[in-house]
Amino acid sequence: MMNIKKNHLYSLITVVLLMIFLYWLNANRMQNGMLVSVLQKGVILALVAVSMNLLNGFTGLFSLGQAGFMSIGAYTTAILLIPVQNLDGVYYMNGVHPAIRAFKMMVAQSPEFIQIVFPFIALLLGGLLAAFAAAIVGVAVLRLKSDYLAIATLGLSEIVRAIFSSPQFDQITNGSYGLNKIPNFPPMLWGAIPSLITPFIVVAICIVVMVLLINSSYGRAFKAIREDEIAAEAMGINLFKHKSMSFIISSFFSAVAGGLLAMYMRSIEAKTFSITLTYDILLIVVIGGIGSVTGSVLSAFLVTAAKEWWLRFFDQPLFIGSFEVPLFRTGFRMVIFSILLMIVVLIYRRGIMGTNEFSWDRIIGRLKRKNKEEGGRT
Amino acid sequence: MSMTTILQHGLTGISLGGAYALIAIGYTLVYGILRLINFAHGDIFMMAGYFMIFSLASFPWPVAIVVTLLVTTVMGIGIERMAYKPLRSAPRMSIMISAIGVSYLLQNLSTYLFTAIPRGYPEIPFLKRIYQMGELSASFVTILTPVLTIVLVVILMILVNKTKTGMAMRAVSKDFETAKLMGININRVISVTFAIGSLLAGVGSILYFTDRMSVTPFSGTLPGLKCFVAAVFGGIGNIPGAVVGGFFIGIVETLLVALGYSTFSDAFTFFLLIVMLLVRPTGLFGEKTVEKV
Repeated sequence: MMNIKKNHLYSLITVVLLMIFLYWLNANRMQNGMLVSVLQKGVILALVAVSMNLLNGFTGLFSLGQAGFMSIGAYTTAILLIPVQNLDGVYYMNGVHPAIRAFKMMVAQSPEFIQIVFPFIALLLGGLLAAFAAAIVGVAVLRLKSDYLAIATLGLSEIVRAIFSSPQFDQITNGSYGLNKIPNFPPMLWGAIPSLITPFIVVAICIVVMVLLINSSYGRAFKAIREDEIAAEAMGINLFKHKSMSFIISSFFSAVAGGLLAMYMRSIEAKTFSITLTYDILLIVVIGGIGSVTGSVLSAFLVTAAKEWWLRFFDQPLFIGSFEVPLFRTGFRMVIFSILLMIVVLIYRRGIMGTNEFSWDRIIGRLKRKNKEEGGRT
Repeated sequence: MSMTTILQHGLTGISLGGAYALIAIGYTLVYGILRLINFAHGDIFMMAGYFMIFSLASFPWPVAIVVTLLVTTVMGIGIERMAYKPLRSAPRMSIMISAIGVSYLLQNLSTYLFTAIPRGYPEIPFLKRIYQMGELSASFVTILTPVLTIVLVVILMILVNKTKTGMAMRAVSKDFETAKLMGININRVISVTFAIGSLLAGVGSILYFTDRMSVTPFSGTLPGLKCFVAAVFGGIGNIPGAVVGGFFIGIVETLLVALGYSTFSDAFTFFLLIVMLLVRPTGLFGEKTVEKV
C-alpha cells in the first residue's frame, strides 16, 4: 500500500518536473529551436506509435494502415483550420469548394469562444471521421488474418492517399498540390498553456486514455485475442466486437496525431502519408518493444532525435586533421539507422522494453540490487 | 476510343503485365514456402535496375545482362541468409518486420549510393527497335516481354514438377515440418526459392525499366506491392495464378491510365486485393486450406 502511494508521488514529481522543463523550453525557445522541433515531432509520433501498438502489440492485429488514418486526420484538420483569408492563396490552381468557404466564413463570424476551441474541435472531427472510416472498412478487413490483414490495410491507406491526391477532389484537398498555410498549434486554457506545449498536453491526454483502456476489462480482452483467438472466443469474448473496437480507437488516435502533424508541419501533401510513414512508425514500435506503451513513447523520442538531430553529422563530410573520413555524405545517416534497426530486429528482438512497462518498483529494485552488490564486494 | 488505340494500350498492358508476372512469381514462391510476404522483393527488383545501369556502363550488353542477373540472384540469397534465416523459429510477425526492415535498408542504401535523383536507364538498342504491325507500333521489348514471360514460366513449371529440387520445393510448401523430417535440406530449398525469385525479378526489372527509362530508390515499392496483389489474385503459392494475376493487373492498370484515371490506377490494385480477399481469399486458382486448431 505504502509502495503504491510512493510510486504515485514519484510519478507526480516527474510530471511536475517535465512541466517545468516545458515552460523553461517555452521561455528559451529561440536558443533551442532544434530541441523544440524534435520534441514536438517526437511526441506526435509517440501518439501514433502507441495507437499502432494498441492494435499490433495488444490486440495482435498486424495493421499497416496508420498513414492512411493519419492523412484523414491531417486533411480534415488542415481544411478546417486554413484561415479564410488564405484560401485563395492555397487553392490558387483550382479554386476552393464554395461549401468550405461558406463554412469558414461562418466560423470566422462565430463567437470568440468557439473560435478558441475550434482547432480542438477540428482535431476531434478528424479523429471521428477516421474512426467512422475504420468502422466501415473494419467490417470487411478484420475478417482477414495476420499478413493478409497487413497488406489489406496497407492497400487501404494507399487508396485513401489516391483519393486525396486525385484531381476529382481538387476543390477540397487541392489534389497533388497539397495544403499549406495551416496555422500552428493553438494555445490552451486562454494562454495559460502556451502553444508550444499544446501538443504535449493533447498527446498526454490521448495516451492516458489508451492506457486506461488497455488496463480495463476491454484491454484484457484485447490481450486474450492476441494470445489465442480461439481460446478467447471460447471464453466468451466477442472477437469481432473487440477487434473492431481496437481498430476504431487506434484509427481515431492516429488521426488526432495526423491533425497535430499537420499543425506541426504547416503544410501537407498526399505524399507525406505514403507507405514510408507507416514503416517509420512500425520501426518506432518495434524498437520500443511490441506491446509496451512506455517503450513506444521512449523510442518515438529516441528515434526522432537520432534521425533528425544526433545522427545528422553522418550526413556531413567529416575531417580528422586534413584526412577526410570516407562514407560521410548525404544519406549515410539513414543507412546507419536502417542497420541499427536490422540489429534490433535480428538480435535484440524485444526492443527497448519488450512487453514490460516502465515502473518505479523495477528501477528502485535495480538500484537497490546494485547497492547491495557493491556492499557485498567491499 | 478507336479500336487501334485500345489495341495499342492493350499491347502496352500485356507488356507491363509480363513484367509484373515475373515479379509476382517471386512473391508466390516465397510465400508458398515460408508463409512470408517478402516486402524486400520490390526493392530487389529496384536494385536490379541499378545493377543493370552500372554493368552496362562497363560491359557489352550480353555480358551486362548476365552480370546483373547473377548479382541480383546472389543478393536475394544473401538477404534470405542474413535477415530471414535467423528468424526461422520466430513468430511470423517478426519475419515480416524483418522483411520490412530489409526493404527500408535497401531503399536507404540505394538513396545513399545512387542519390534519390532518377537515373536514366540505358537503352539496349535491339530491345528498343520499333516494329510496325498495320496501324500498331511497338518496340521489340513490348513484344518480347510476354513471350519471354511465358517461356520462363514453362521452364519453371517443368523445374517444379519434374526435377528433384522441384519436388522438394513442393514438399516444403505442403508441410514444412514433415518435409524436414523426411530428410529434405530445408535451407537449400529456401535458398533455391529465393534464387529463382530474384532471378525472375532481375529479368522483370530489365524488361520493366527498358520501357520506363529511369530508376529511383523508390521505384520498386509500388510495383512490388502490386505484384504481391497479383500473386494473391491468382492464388498465393500457385505459379500460373501469379502469371494470370500479373497480366490482369498490368492490363487493367494501363487501361485506367489511358482513360485518364491515373491517380486511381494504384488504388484499383488494392481495391481488387481487398475484394478478392473477402470474396475468394484463396485466389483464382488457390487450393482451399482448412483452418487447423
